Amino acid sequence: MNEVTLLQNYLILSGLLFGIGLLGFLVRRNMIVMFLSVEMMLQGISLSFAAWGRFHHDWDGQIMVLFIIAVAGCEAAIALALILVLVQRSQTLDIAHWQHQHEAGQLRFREPLVPEATVTTPIWPQLSPAGVEPEPDLEAESHRKRI
Amino acid sequence: MSYCLATIHPIALIPALPLLATILTALLGARYLKRLSHWPVMVATAVSFLLSAMLLVQTHQSTANDHQQADSGEIVTLWSWVHVQDAYQAVPSSERETEDLRIDVVLRVDGLTVVMLTMVTFVSLLVTIFAAGYMHDDPGYWRFFTYIGLFIFSMTMLISVNNFVLLFVFWEAVGMCSYLLIGFWYQKPEAAAAGKKAFLVNRVGDFGFLLALFLIWSTYGTLNYYGTEGARGVLDSSLPLGEASGLLICLLLMLGACGKSAQFPLHIWLPDAMEGPTPVSALIHAATMVTAGIYMVTRCWPLFAASEEAQLAVACIGGFTALLAGLIALTQFDLKRVLAYSTISQLGYMFLALGTGSRAGIVAGMFHLVTHAFFKALLFLGSGSVMHATGTVDMRQFGGLRSRLRITHITFLIGCLALSGFPLLAGFWSKDAILTAVYERSVVPSYAGFYTTLFWVATFTALLTAIYTFRAFFLTFYGPAQHPSEAGESPHESPASMWIPLAILAIGSCLIGLVHHPLEHVLLQTPSLTGLDVTEVGHVAWIPLMSALVALAGIGLAGWFYLRGGELLDRITGLLKRCGLYQLSEEKFYLDTLYWGFIIWPLRCMALICYAVDRWIIDYLVDFCGRCPRSFGSLMRSLQMGLTSFYALAMVLGLLVLMAARLLSQLT
Repeated sequence: MNEVTLLQNYLILSGLLFGIGLLGFLVRRNMIVMFLSVEMMLQGISLSFAAWGRFHHDWDGQIMVLFIIAVAGCEAAIALALILVLVQRSQTLDIAHWQHQHEAGQLRFREPLVPEATVTTPIWPQLSPAGVEPEPDLEAESHRKRI
Repeated sequence: MSYCLATIHPIALIPALPLLATILTALLGARYLKRLSHWPVMVATAVSFLLSAMLLVQTHQSTANDHQQADSGEIVTLWSWVHVQDAYQAVPSSERETEDLRIDVVLRVDGLTVVMLTMVTFVSLLVTIFAAGYMHDDPGYWRFFTYIGLFIFSMTMLISVNNFVLLFVFWEAVGMCSYLLIGFWYQKPEAAAAGKKAFLVNRVGDFGFLLALFLIWSTYGTLNYYGTEGARGVLDSSLPLGEASGLLICLLLMLGACGKSAQFPLHIWLPDAMEGPTPVSALIHAATMVTAGIYMVTRCWPLFAASEEAQLAVACIGGFTALLAGLIALTQFDLKRVLAYSTISQLGYMFLALGTGSRAGIVAGMFHLVTHAFFKALLFLGSGSVMHATGTVDMRQFGGLRSRLRITHITFLIGCLALSGFPLLAGFWSKDAILTAVYERSVVPSYAGFYTTLFWVATFTALLTAIYTFRAFFLTFYGPAQHPSEAGESPHESPASMWIPLAILAIGSCLIGLVHHPLEHVLLQTPSLTGLDVTEVGHVAWIPLMSALVALAGIGLAGWFYLRGGELLDRITGLLKRCGLYQLSEEKFYLDTLYWGFIIWPLRCMALICYAVDRWIIDYLVDFCGRCPRSFGSLMRSLQMGLTSFYALAMVLGLLVLMAARLLSQLT
């Protein structure tokens, strides 16, 4: 397998990662999934950096990957904190809940139909004591599925 | 302090004191002085009057001492207001050396000034005392006296400055005071409209005056009356004068004088100005401010002396106005308006006298100015007293007041007699002097026909004056006793503060006719008037006789019509009404209507068009500019729908567009 074929394979993989991430970011409304999609896009980019670095025989690409990992870590902290705040306010992870942020009385292009959240009392997962297998909590599981 | 007071010349104190009083009243009047607001102005005016009288006596004595040698008057320089170096260079086609534009605040003491000062401060003092009674209980008491003080300051400055620009400044200042005082009861729409009318009509005259000032500057290169240190004067200038520009300057100055002194084309504001409080009518619109035009023409006499046409114009305007106003006054039923038209008529007399251009004529004009100030102030204050008692000035609503208002009746009678030229009273002497002067002028060959006509016009006007004056007198004080119901059970005589000024003025009206010769001596001290040629045409004995007869005939006619001849009067009025002459007089010769049709209405139309253009075109353009970004923004705004996925999509699309652009640019 020569160098060019190797690069092509890596680039195809990184393109797939980026595309899947982008698609996920565009179509999902769950904030955490959107965040994960963004991470996936970042990984796709990182992979392409590493592949190009390998192809050109220098370290710049891999240095860049290290930077991206550091930045992604920071970004993850911030994004998760934000998501936490938003969820605490709205009790839902649905990003569509936050769409009505415009001024009152302004014209709207179109009112997207967003299904109403049905659950009013949230049930949060609880950490189980170490060493004991947790009892399966059916209600919590159904809730988590919804999230 | 004593040092300061000793060094201040009285001429500077005369305007300064009323100004001080004005400031005091304006600052303290509303809060602290209230009912005492008249005191500062009254005291200041009294002191000013004493100082003026002192100056008058001084000037008279110096006249008596060196009769032949007329110096250029005493001059007090206060400060330099404007000093522009080499300003005359800017005037095109000037061949003379460069001149500075210097406007020093210089007050001068000469015959004309002290005569006017004494007259103004005397009448002001009496009117202030009268007003203290008349304006009692008015909510704007302190405001009234502030305005009056400001007026006295402006008027005394107007007659004592030595410069055309300062003359113009105070000319405007008295106009402003007049505006404020006509509209004193500004809640009344008529008063507000009258103030506006007076102001606007005066603008026309002031426009002429201002043009005259420009022309004087470009012709003479200076705006001082007489030379001071470092500046030449216009009036003692020996510079050659272009015939045309000289005439033009005179005519433009005359236009200014017409505005202020209510002469023919611009007289329409004065009758409406009677909407103001009566003391104001007496002070500003009868005795002092309206004579500013006469004063100005007298002061500028050296300019007028150069051209006979200018003199003729002054005389014709004066004579015509006198006749016109006299005819209108015959049919008015508003007591104050009758007096207003009579003022216009008498001012016309003064201009006629000035227009003769002879020494006797000018002295006669100024003499009439002084006597007129006395008896017209008296008549106005008397009408104020009648108003105070009955609450109206419509002569059809009251009558037979002589038993109720005894003092007013007697003083008003004296005023009427003086105005109509009853022998030995004030008006007789001055009117006689004017008629004599006009007659003497008509003997001189140039334009003799005009002056002969004017002489007979003046005589006829004297007859009219007697008739309308006594018509008003008889309608007010004789006939069946009646008064409007709002005056209460019985109209009462005015308080002492009102009748004492009346009495003083009445005495003055009797005696002031005796000062003709002393006045002449003092007046001829004025530098403007020293150059007048003395044309002694022997005393014309039949003129005083005729004017006395005319006055008596007028009084007799009025008495016959309005005391006994009710039927006869009705028949004559009926006849005149059929001819349309009565309506012509009653409607003021339709001049107001003419002005409305030819000036006011077209201007209103133009204003309406301007309004429409502004409102519907310019405003809309501006609005359109303002709406463009808004509507553009509203297009974009609908994209901000709040759906995060859509934003993400927009970002991706934007990225794709950028990439496509990049690719395309690399391909080409």
